[in-house]
Amino acid sequence: MEKVYTPREGDFEFITERDINVDKNFASQGYWKGVAIHFARNKFAMTGVVLVSVIILFAIFAPVFSSYAYDEIVSVTDAAGREVVAKSLSPQFAGEGEGYFADKTFIFGTDDLGRDLWTRTWQGARVSLIIAFVTIFIDMIIGTSYGLISGFFGGRVDNVLQRFIEIAGSIPTLVIISILAIFMDKGIGLVIASLLITEWIGMSKIARAECLKLKEREYVLASRTLGAGSFHIIFKQILPNTIGPVITQVMFSIPVAIFTEAFLSFVGVGIVLPQCSVGSLIEAGFNNITILPYQILPPITVLAILMLGFNLIGDGFREALAPKLEDM
Amino acid sequence: MTKYIAKRILLAAVTLFVIIFVLFVLIRIMPGNPFPVERMSAEMILQKRAELGLDKPILVQFADYMRMLLSGNFGNGTSLYNGAPIKPILLACLENSFKIGVLSIFFGTAVGLLTGIVAALNRGKFLDGLCTVLSILGVCIPSYVFMIFLQYFFAYKIPFFPYFFDPSRFLFSSIMPALSLSLFTISTVARFTRNEMVEVLNSDYVKLAESKGLQGFELMRRHVLRNALIPVVTVIAPLVVDLLTGAMVMEKIYGVNGVGKLMVDAIAGEGVDYNYVLALGIVFSSLYIGVMLLLDILYGIIDPRIRLSAKEAA
Repeated sequence: MEKVYTPREGDFEFITERDINVDKNFASQGYWKGVAIHFARNKFAMTGVVLVSVIILFAIFAPVFSSYAYDEIVSVTDAAGREVVAKSLSPQFAGEGEGYFADKTFIFGTDDLGRDLWTRTWQGARVSLIIAFVTIFIDMIIGTSYGLISGFFGGRVDNVLQRFIEIAGSIPTLVIISILAIFMDKGIGLVIASLLITEWIGMSKIARAECLKLKEREYVLASRTLGAGSFHIIFKQILPNTIGPVITQVMFSIPVAIFTEAFLSFVGVGIVLPQCSVGSLIEAGFNNITILPYQILPPITVLAILMLGFNLIGDGFREALAPKLEDM
Repeated sequence: MTKYIAKRILLAAVTLFVIIFVLFVLIRIMPGNPFPVERMSAEMILQKRAELGLDKPILVQFADYMRMLLSGNFGNGTSLYNGAPIKPILLACLENSFKIGVLSIFFGTAVGLLTGIVAALNRGKFLDGLCTVLSILGVCIPSYVFMIFLQYFFAYKIPFFPYFFDPSRFLFSSIMPALSLSLFTISTVARFTRNEMVEVLNSDYVKLAESKGLQGFELMRRHVLRNALIPVVTVIAPLVVDLLTGAMVMEKIYGVNGVGKLMVDAIAGEGVDYNYVLALGIVFSSLYIGVMLLLDILYGIIDPRIRLSAKEAA
C-alpha cells in the first residue's frame, strides 16, 4: 500500500525577491515611464512644451505684475502739466522715449484708446487659454463617456448613438455657431457653447474605437465573471486604458479651440469689449494695420506660438504612445 | 457599383433632409422676434406673422418652406437688405466664394501632392527635411496670420497685388486670397502624401515590382501613386469644409463679397436675419454633405476593396 505523503514544515516557502528574475533592462519600465522618456527625447515635442510653458507663465504672471490694468486707459502728464491719454504709442521703455511720456514703459505700445498692450496681450492669452482648457476638458468628459458607452453596449444603443453623431457631425461647425448666435448674446458664452457642442464628437469617436478593441480582452471577461457591473467595467477597467489616445486628441483639440475662439472674435461674434482675447486683439490690430502695424504683432505671435506649441506636443504624444519600431 | 452609389446618395439625401428639418425647427422655436417689436403694435405683429405664415403649426410651415426650397427659392430676408429676395444675393456671393475656393483647393492639392511626392522620393535628404518643416509650420500657424502678412507686405508695403478683392479683375486679385487659403491644404496634403508614399515605397509589392524590372515612371504610376493617393483623398474632404471657416476670415480681410461675409452680416449685424441664417445653413450643409458624398464615391472608384466590402455588407 502506497504511503500518503504528509507535507512537513519547510517543504514550502514563500517566494521572495531573490527568486523572481526580472529582466532589468526591459521590464523595469512602467508603461507611462516609457512614454515619458520617449516624449522627453523628442526634440520637437520638448520645443512645444517650452513654447507653451513660456506663454502660460506670462499669461499667469504678466497681468498680475503689470503696472496697468488690462482695461485701464492710461493717462500721462504732458509738458504743460495736463493729463493726456496715452493713445496709440509705439513700444517704448521708460527713459528711452521722448517728450512727456518718457517715464512710462509700454513694452508692446498702447492701443488706440490708450490701454497698455503688454497687459492686454497677456490678459488676452489668459482668456483664450482658459476658454480652451475648460471647454476641452468638459468635451473630453462628455466625448469619452459617450464613446465608451456607445462602444461597450453595442447593438441598438450603439446604433442610435452613432446615427445621432453622424447627423450632428454633418452639420458644419459654422452653421452650428450661426444658430447659437441667434440663441445667445455675443461674447464668451457663445464661444464656449460652440466649442462644447462641436469638439466632443471627435473624442467620442476615438473613445468608441478604443472601447471596441478593449472590450474583447480577457481582463474584461475576467472582471465580468467576477460579477462586475457594466459601468464598473467601462469606467474602472476600460477607461484607464483609453487615456493615451484620448489625451493625444485633447492635445490636438486645444489648438483648435484656441483657433476657433480667435476666429469667432475676429469675425465679431466672440469676446466683447472691454474684455479681450487673442482673437479680439488681432481684430483690433487688423483694423489699424496700415497705420499702426505694431499693434497686431504681439497677439498674432502669441496665437501662432500657442498653435505651434500644442501641435508639436500633440505630435510628440502620439509618437510616444505608439512608438514605431525604427524609433526605438 | 451602381448599388453602392445609389445607397450613398440615398443616405446623403436623408441626412440633408434631417438637417434641414432640425435647422428649421431650431430657428422657428427660438425665443425672440424677427420684427422690431418696440416700433410695432400687437395687432401689427399679429398681422405680420399671419402674412409670413408664422401663425401656422410648425409642420405646415416646414412643408411650405420645403415646397419653396424645391422650387429653387429661399424666400425673403427678414432684416438684411430690407427684406429683398435671398436667392440673387446668395447666388452672387456664392459665385465669388466658390471661385476663390475652387482655385485654392486645386492649387493647394496640386502643390501639396507635388511637395509630398518630392519629399518622399528624397527621403532623409535636405529636401525632405525642408518639406517637413514647412508643412508643420503650415499646419500649425493659423491661415489668417498668413493672410494678414501677405496682405500687409505684398499689397501695402510693396503695392504689387490689389489690397482688396475685385471681381472685375478676378484672377489677379484672387491670387493672394486663394494662396493664403491654400497654405493649410498644401501642408496637410504634402505631409499626408509623403507619409503614405514612404510607406508604399517600403512595401513588399513595390520591391517585387522593382525586382521584376519595373522602374521609373511606370512603377510610380502603376504601383506607388495609386496606392499612396487613396488615403490622401480622405483628408481633402475635411479640408474643403475647413475652407468654409477659413473663407469667413479671408473674406473679411480681403473684403470679398462672399458667403462668409453674408453669414457674418446675418448673425453679427444690427439684427439677426433668421431667413439668411437658415438659407446659409442649408447651403453650407448641402455643400458639406455633397463633398462627402462625392469623395465617398470617388473613393469607391479608386479603391476596389471598399466597393467590395460595401457589397458584402449590403
